[in-house]
Amino acid sequence: MSEQAVVRINDLTVAYGEKPVLWDVDLELPEGKLIAIIGPNGAGKSTLIKATLDLIPRAAGSVEIFGRPYSEQRHLVGYVPQRGSVDWDFPTNALDVVMMGTYGQIGWFKRPGKREREWASHCLEQVGMADYANRQISQLSGGQQQRVFLARALAQNAKLYFMDEPFVGVDAMTERAIVDLLRNLRAQGKTVVVVHHDLDSAPEYFDWLVLLNVRLIAAGSFAETFTPENLTRTYGGRMQLLNQASVATEVTR
Amino acid sequence: MSSGVVIILTGVLVASACAVLGCFLVLRKMAMLTDAISHAILPGIVAAYFFAHGPNILAGFLGAAIAGLITVVLIETLQNTRRVGNESAIGIIFPAMFALGTFLVSKFFANVHLDTDAILYGNIEFSSLDVLFINGVNLGPQSLWIMGALCIINFSFVIIFYKELKLATFDPGLAATLGFSPVLIHYALMSIVSVTTVGAFTAVGAILVVALMIVPAATAYLLTDRLPRMIMLSVLVGSLSAFLGYWLAMLLDASIAGAMVSVAGVLFGLALLFSPSHGLVARWLRVEEQRNRFASEMLVVHLLNHEGSPEFASENNIHHLRQELRWSDEFTKRVLRRAHNEGLIQQRQDILELTETGRQRAQLVIAR
Amino acid sequence: MIQLLYDLVFNYTLRNVALGSALLGIVSGVLGCFAVLRRQGLLGDALAHAALPGICIAFLLTGSKSPIVLLIGAGIASWLGTLLILRIVNDTRISEDSALGVVLSVFFGFGIMLLTFIAKRNDANQAGLDKFLFGQAAALVASDVALMALLGGVALLIVVLLYKEFKLLTFDPGFALSLGYNTRQLSVLLTSLIVVAVVIGLQTVGVVLMAAMLIGPAVAARQWTNRFSTMIILAGVFGALSGLSGALLSVTQTRIPTGPMVILSMTAITFISIIFAPNRGIFWDWLRRKRHGKNYLQKAMNEWDTQRAAKEGRL
Repeated sequence: MSEQAVVRINDLTVAYGEKPVLWDVDLELPEGKLIAIIGPNGAGKSTLIKATLDLIPRAAGSVEIFGRPYSEQRHLVGYVPQRGSVDWDFPTNALDVVMMGTYGQIGWFKRPGKREREWASHCLEQVGMADYANRQISQLSGGQQQRVFLARALAQNAKLYFMDEPFVGVDAMTERAIVDLLRNLRAQGKTVVVVHHDLDSAPEYFDWLVLLNVRLIAAGSFAETFTPENLTRTYGGRMQLLNQASVATEVTR
Repeated sequence: MSSGVVIILTGVLVASACAVLGCFLVLRKMAMLTDAISHAILPGIVAAYFFAHGPNILAGFLGAAIAGLITVVLIETLQNTRRVGNESAIGIIFPAMFALGTFLVSKFFANVHLDTDAILYGNIEFSSLDVLFINGVNLGPQSLWIMGALCIINFSFVIIFYKELKLATFDPGLAATLGFSPVLIHYALMSIVSVTTVGAFTAVGAILVVALMIVPAATAYLLTDRLPRMIMLSVLVGSLSAFLGYWLAMLLDASIAGAMVSVAGVLFGLALLFSPSHGLVARWLRVEEQRNRFASEMLVVHLLNHEGSPEFASENNIHHLRQELRWSDEFTKRVLRRAHNEGLIQQRQDILELTETGRQRAQLVIAR
Repeated sequence: MIQLLYDLVFNYTLRNVALGSALLGIVSGVLGCFAVLRRQGLLGDALAHAALPGICIAFLLTGSKSPIVLLIGAGIASWLGTLLILRIVNDTRISEDSALGVVLSVFFGFGIMLLTFIAKRNDANQAGLDKFLFGQAAALVASDVALMALLGGVALLIVVLLYKEFKLLTFDPGFALSLGYNTRQLSVLLTSLIVVAVVIGLQTVGVVLMAAMLIGPAVAARQWTNRFSTMIILAGVFGALSGLSGALLSVTQTRIPTGPMVILSMTAITFISIIFAPNRGIFWDWLRRKRHGKNYLQKAMNEWDTQRAAKEGRL
């Protein structure tokens, strides 16, 4: 493909001990799109993000971000880890967590100052959390915690965002807020890659789809890729159950 | 009996009594809780000394068991407040109990034979001199009687409640639904650990009791996957440590208890390195073998993925592979040789192709 | 009281004991915050025990009893202990808890063996090595305190300089890694600083009680604040306070060793904080529950009623 690929993944393979989690994935992601990574549990969705960001070692393959290795392009990339990955009883408030997004650019030894504080407040505002800036993080709801993490990624002021399961366990209001935020980012020409596992909402929220089940099944626009055949290949036999379940919910509605 | 035989016998009895409980402690991830109990029973012993107006074995056992249970309850209460992490709760309570014990000793019994050094490293050296008299009849070394009794108690406990212990260890939820109370088992185990600790105290001291509970069990855990075998092995490792430790101590003219634990440490080290199933060397070899096998599988999957595609010629070029898969030249050569020897690939100039076997293997790998 | 203050300034022993204990309290309080929040509270316990053979080997190799030599030995042994624990946890099926227990007890047992070996070989010379077991604050001399101040000062300076990085590492190591920090090196550095705190504490409170010096102040401080920086400062203050009061209590009474008194003061502070601190104190929880318990139940039952009604209505 062409110049505008933001992320180019070549032959990426990742294994945890004996078990391969990702097999030989070749992938190019276009700029300015909202991209969903979809697949069943254990399909390697989070692993794909983590291996892209050098958070876990790769068994083989290479990753380029805007044409260069990630280590040279960190300032262009924002990351939202899974909410469960930290201890929310840590003694700090929402604003402070958001300020952590600026740490990478402050440099060693220096402290965040007034400008960083104001910038962080601005980012909190964008996720509708301005009123909670001074709230201890354990006193926030799950959805609010998720929005704090999103604000922290915004504070990184990146061109490309990776978000690991941001929609898991959040309230309807937060879901709305996240979707608005994603569209906002797209309007600014940014690219967002989201690990997602709700098939129903995917076509509504995203433009582009990566179907993954250890191997890459398909990648492309929804029109090209969101086909029953691809979904069956992704979810295997489970897809049938899934269809029946959605039919069942249709009926009860 | 010569003093050497008495010491070795005492050591073997202590090690066996500890090791049989140790397996459950290691499996239940309660090693540090045991460490905590072994320190925290000090105030219990002091209190027993106070109420019995002098050293009294039964009072000592009772005091230690009570102090042990109080410690466990305090730690759990603190954990349940959810203000304190599990390990922090342990680290707050046992030093406090130990400090309290030392305080009481130095405040009220400074001149009495209850020195804190002996509590830490014990004096198995004198075990043959401490003789048990009942009605003026010399029944031989007291340590043998105490540890022998504790061995019998601990082994019977484990044998009688084997099923319950096993179930409560591996599946507390199931144990509860079947009507065994995991909580009851937990407290029973903790009491028996406290009592064993105080019994072994005089022989090997607090920290070395912990060593004899944890280290042989951890060693056995590295060697086998079956619980009965693990128990037997840990008793064996414990006894061997006691036996060899005695000779080492004689050789160096050093603390016997310390030498026993050092030997246990060496045995653990050997298992850690060389255990065929869970040792580090075996693991390294396995990882290396996996890496090689994995690499050749990766190769065939890669070839399959690009088979018949327009970029086939460029993707499956040897030089391209080196670049794309980020393999070193040497590693690439090794992988290619391996794949070739297994009949998975054939090479036509610089282009690699799958053989029929290779194609099947790749499909198998993908399906896995 | 006046007399006590006078002694604190002019009595050589008391001044050293008080200063030494307070210093230890500050350093271990501050570093304990990181250990506790990283859920590594008991690592300090294992490190303290693992130091003993290092002290003995340092003495055997150099024949010197100068604190700096012995403390370097202690530091190296603690360090090796940490590496071993990490290796066991990462590469075998043994749980972290058991790994701590194994390393702690084996290193310590080995240390005891060496200690007795030394004791019997050169009878008079070894006196003083075993003060590391229980600590002997009363034996601290001015140069010991100066050494503690130097080591502790360097450790605290590093914490001040790398405050932002250590905080991020403690809260969200994954995110720190994605920002490009070398979290492995940072984490090794932080653990090394904890080793320094442990080493400083050996002479004062000894091996057994060291765990509490790291954990107690941090747990107490967490109760009073929701700000990390405040927590660190408070932990330092609580540590110093318990060091000071422990020293004073032990010196004003005959035959009472300092270490246990420091720990008992600290335990008192910790428990008061856990129970009575505003907001997080469990006493207030209990009071609220007692007062509103019935109302909560009423509310829950009302909610349940409405839910049930809604469900039945839909059916």
